[in-house]
Order: sequence, then C-alpha cells, then structure tokens
Amino acid sequence: MKSILPITTVSMVIVILWYGFSVILNSTWTKDQASRAGVEVTFSEILKDTMVQQRPLLPAPHQVVIELWETTANKKITSKRSLVYHGWITLSATLLGFVIGTGLGILLAIGIVHNKAMDYGVMPWIIASQTVPILALAPMIIVVLYSIGLSGLVPKAIISAYLSFFPVSVGMVAGFRCPDPTQMDLLKTYAAKKSQLFWKLMVPISMPYLFTSLKIGVAASLVGAIVGELPTGAVAGLGARLLAGSYYGQTVQIWSALIGSAILAATLVGLIGLIQKFTLDRMGLAR
Amino acid sequence: MANMNTDVMVDNRPVIRARNLGLVFQTTDGPVEALKDVNLDIEQGDFVSLIGPSGCGKTTFLRLIASLDKPTAGDISVNGMSPEQARLQRAYGYVFQAASLYPWRTIAGNIKLPLEIMGFSKTEMNERVKKVLDLVHLSGFENKFPWQLSGGMQQRASIARALSFDADILLMDEPFGALDEIVRDHLNEQLLDLWQSTGKTICFVTHSILEAVYLSTKIVVMSNRPGKVVEVIESSLPRERSLDIRDGPEFIEIAQRVRMGLRMSHSHE
Ligand SMILES: Nc1ncnc2c1ncn2[C@@H]1O[C@H](COP(=O)(O)OP(=O)(O)O)[C@@H](O)[C@H]1O
Ligand SMILES: [Mg+2]
Repeated sequence: MKSILPITTVSMVIVILWYGFSVILNSTWTKDQASRAGVEVTFSEILKDTMVQQRPLLPAPHQVVIELWETTANKKITSKRSLVYHGWITLSATLLGFVIGTGLGILLAIGIVHNKAMDYGVMPWIIASQTVPILALAPMIIVVLYSIGLSGLVPKAIISAYLSFFPVSVGMVAGFRCPDPTQMDLLKTYAAKKSQLFWKLMVPISMPYLFTSLKIGVAASLVGAIVGELPTGAVAGLGARLLAGSYYGQTVQIWSALIGSAILAATLVGLIGLIQKFTLDRMGLAR
Repeated sequence: MANMNTDVMVDNRPVIRARNLGLVFQTTDGPVEALKDVNLDIEQGDFVSLIGPSGCGKTTFLRLIASLDKPTAGDISVNGMSPEQARLQRAYGYVFQAASLYPWRTIAGNIKLPLEIMGFSKTEMNERVKKVLDLVHLSGFENKFPWQLSGGMQQRASIARALSFDADILLMDEPFGALDEIVRDHLNEQLLDLWQSTGKTICFVTHSILEAVYLSTKIVVMSNRPGKVVEVIESSLPRERSLDIRDGPEFIEIAQRVRMGLRMSHSHE
C-alpha cells in the first residue's frame, strides 16, 4: 500500500500535463476559427473551447473518459459501437496468440538448452525474427493465410504469437540455465533421469523468469493482435476502432480505443502478476 | 561350503578401494594435478576423515568416489564395482559443503526429493521424512522453507536428505565447516550416534584436527600440489566415545600425530 502515494502523484501529474497540452494544441483551431469569423477571443473563451471540440487535435482527458463510459457502460456489448465488443474481438486474438506464442517460446527454450546445435542454429533466427518490422510483415502474413482460406481470428493470433514467443523463449532459456553445478550434481548423485532433472530442477528454478516473460509476452500479444487488425481494414477490434477513428478524424474515438487497449494490457499484466505472486509465495520464493 | 567362503570373501572386500588414483584437470592455464597416486582402502563401517590444506584434492577424491568426476589415472572401486555403477545403484548419500537445499521446496520437500526420484510411495516417503528428521533433531520443521532455518539446521536437513534413502555409504564434504564450534560439537556428537546406530561407512572431509580425531576410525592426511596421501592414521579410540574423550591422553597423542603429518605435508612444498 506504500505504492499508492507515488502512483497517485504520477497520475495527477500526467493528467495535468495532458490538460495543458490539450489547451496548447487545440487552441490553434479555436484561434483560426475566430480570426476567420473576425472576432476576438479571450483567454477564458479559448480555454473553454479547447475542452469541448468535436475533433480536437488532442482530446481532453474528460472527453476520453466520457467516450469510454458511453461506449462501454451505455452500449449493449453486442453492439458494433460498444468498445467492449471490439475489445473482446481483440482480446480473443490476443489470448489465442499468447497461448501459441508462449507454447512455442517454451518449446524453443527447451530445445535450445538441451541441444547445442539448436542453440547455435536457432537462436540467431529467433533474434533476427524480431528485427523485421512487424508492420511490414503483418500484411504479408494476412495475405498468405487468406490465400489458404484463413481469415479473422487465426491470422491475428499468429501475428500476436509472432511477437510474444520471443520474450518467452529468451526469458526461459535464461531461466532453464539457472541451476548451479551443485544443484545438478545433487540430482546426479540420485542417478536422476534427464526428465527428472527437467521437472524437479529446471522447471521450478525458472518460475520467476516464466512470469516475467509472460508479462512482457502478453503485452506484446496485444500489440500483435491490434497490428493484425490494421492491414485488413478490419471492421471489428480495437485496431479497427483506431483505423476508423483516423479515417474520419474521430480523435476522441482513437484516444478512447488507445486508453481502452492500455487498460486491457494493464489488466492482463496485472492478472499474471497475481498468479505470479500466488505461485511464488507458495514456492517460498517470494520473500 | 564353497559358497560360504565366497560370501566371506565379499564381506572382506573394502567398500572403497583406490589404487594409484589420479586426476589432472585441463584448464586454460594448463593442467592442474588435483590428485596423484592415491592408494586407500575404506572398510565396511569405517569412519574415515580426509584432512589436509585447502586445494589438496579432498573434494576431488569424494567426487571420484561419487562418480561426479572421472579419474585420469589409476583405479577406484565402490562396493566392488565402478563408481558409475555404484552411483546408478544409489550406493551413497552425498552431503555437499553448502547445504544446497532447493529453496522452492520445504524441508520435508527437500528430503522427499531423492525419494521422489527413486519412486517411493507417498506413505513410505512420509514415514521416512519423519524418521530422518527425528534422527537429526529437526522434527516440527517439515513445512519451513530453508531460508527460515539457521545454517546449522539447514546442514542437518541436508544430512537428513542424504540419509533418507538408506545408502550404506555417506560422503560428507566439510559439512560443518561454516558453523561455529558449539553447534559443530553438537552435530559431531549426533553424527557419531547416527554412525554407531546405523553402521554406515562414512567418508568425511574436514579442516579441523579435533573434528577428525574425535569422529574417525581412520584419518587420512593429505598434502598439496599435487594432492597426495601422506599418512593414514588408524585411531585406537573406542567406537563408543563422548566429547570428554578429547581431554584424554590417547586423543591428544593421535591429534599430535595428525598435526605432525600435516606439518610434514607442508614441508613438501
Ligand atoms: N573443475 C575443476 N577444474 C579445474 N581445477 C579444479 C577443478 N576442481 C578442482 N580443481 C583444482 O584441483 C585442486 C584440488 O581441489 P579440491 O579437490 O577442491 O581441493 P580441497 O577440497 O582439498 O580444497 C585445486 O587446485 C583446485 O583448484
Ligand atoms: Mg573442498
């Protein structure tokens, strides 16, 4: 609970700065309008106007909050105008991609720590895979998959998995390599099998790494799912909301989709954090 | 009759036998001769202490017995077979210099580790955990994590772990090295009790002359660079002994012989 004060302070500072920038950025439009109409505007009139514009350069925080409220609480969740509906579309691709990416990442890590050839042969490709800009890759993945009859959830999940397997595999390679020589020798004195070495030593010792990797991985998955919604000009999902918002200059909609996805990401990371705390507590590893 | 004879023969064979045993480590700075020409017999029920300056190959010798390392010269047998075979038959329990308990397992969980690997049943495991925790006077600490215990208690837990699966040989590498003298005396007494009640063969590494003489039936004095055995002292002390024995003339005489041996080992340099 010691963290409440710093968190509140930082949030307040952000909100104040946000309001400040809204005024500065949106006042240009207010002044333009006024000079076109040939009227003088006072500072307080500018201040008022910058808070209520239809298409502000930077919407004021309360505009975004109202939009978020309107599109979540006040719309049926089956409605195309509900952010919950779009959020769920993106979330389902995120979760599927996260599961695939995590599974792939862990499998690769297991291969890499058990096999020298894989360590030298595969690791460079894993790193190279992340140097290709996902924005360039995403449309190709979608087109290729579409040509074999896959569209909708799966292509998005694959892009999402493409981003999330990386932190998981790198993190788990580090985690699986944690055991020190004595911890390994101990099992050797019991004539333990390789599989027992894995389950009784490498898996438990890598748990802290797993959760850290999962947190990064799930955030990357969400980014992947949103990016996957952009090239198709998708009709649904948070990415589609961003795209549609920018087509029609609906900045309030863009920002509420952005904040919505940030809240979603924070919730996902927070959930993993809870599981992490529970697991590590039970393992006596969280002191 | 012939059968009985072979039985007797088997019984008389040393549990551990080293002949011209040597190990050279290849390091980036060139070869390091950790152990050279070691000849030693350890009989069933012996309590053997290895004592010598640091770096004289005590740990290396234990690791060769345990088949954690392989010799580069000579022969070694454990229970009449290769150390590797003996290891696969789980012939020994090894107590490392640091307690090396797994921090994510409770004390009971740590003691169950070898039992899980060896496939004991749940009830059998629980019985054994209870029994060995009793032996090392740690009952009631089953559900504590290692970091909740003092260093001495952790080391006792690691001894309990090595005892849990009934190996006849116990290899102990300076198990009490990091503990203060009072705790050490206490654990020494408990270890003697345990040895007397179980009849195990114990191979024990120590830096302390007092500890070596108090515990052992046989004291192996080693020297440095290359690691060698300079003297093997058979103790004339009775197997049943209490801490007071350390003030007797016999004890002091043996201690002096060990000290002389160690001094000789230094003059080799
Ligand atoms: N894995 C290793 N690689 C290289 N040198 C080693 C290794 N293990 C031990 N040594 C060297 O072998 C010698 C004996 O070491 P050790 O058996 O640990 O001595 P002690 O236990 O008597 O202090 C030392 O000189 C040590 O540096
Ligand atoms: Mg040593």
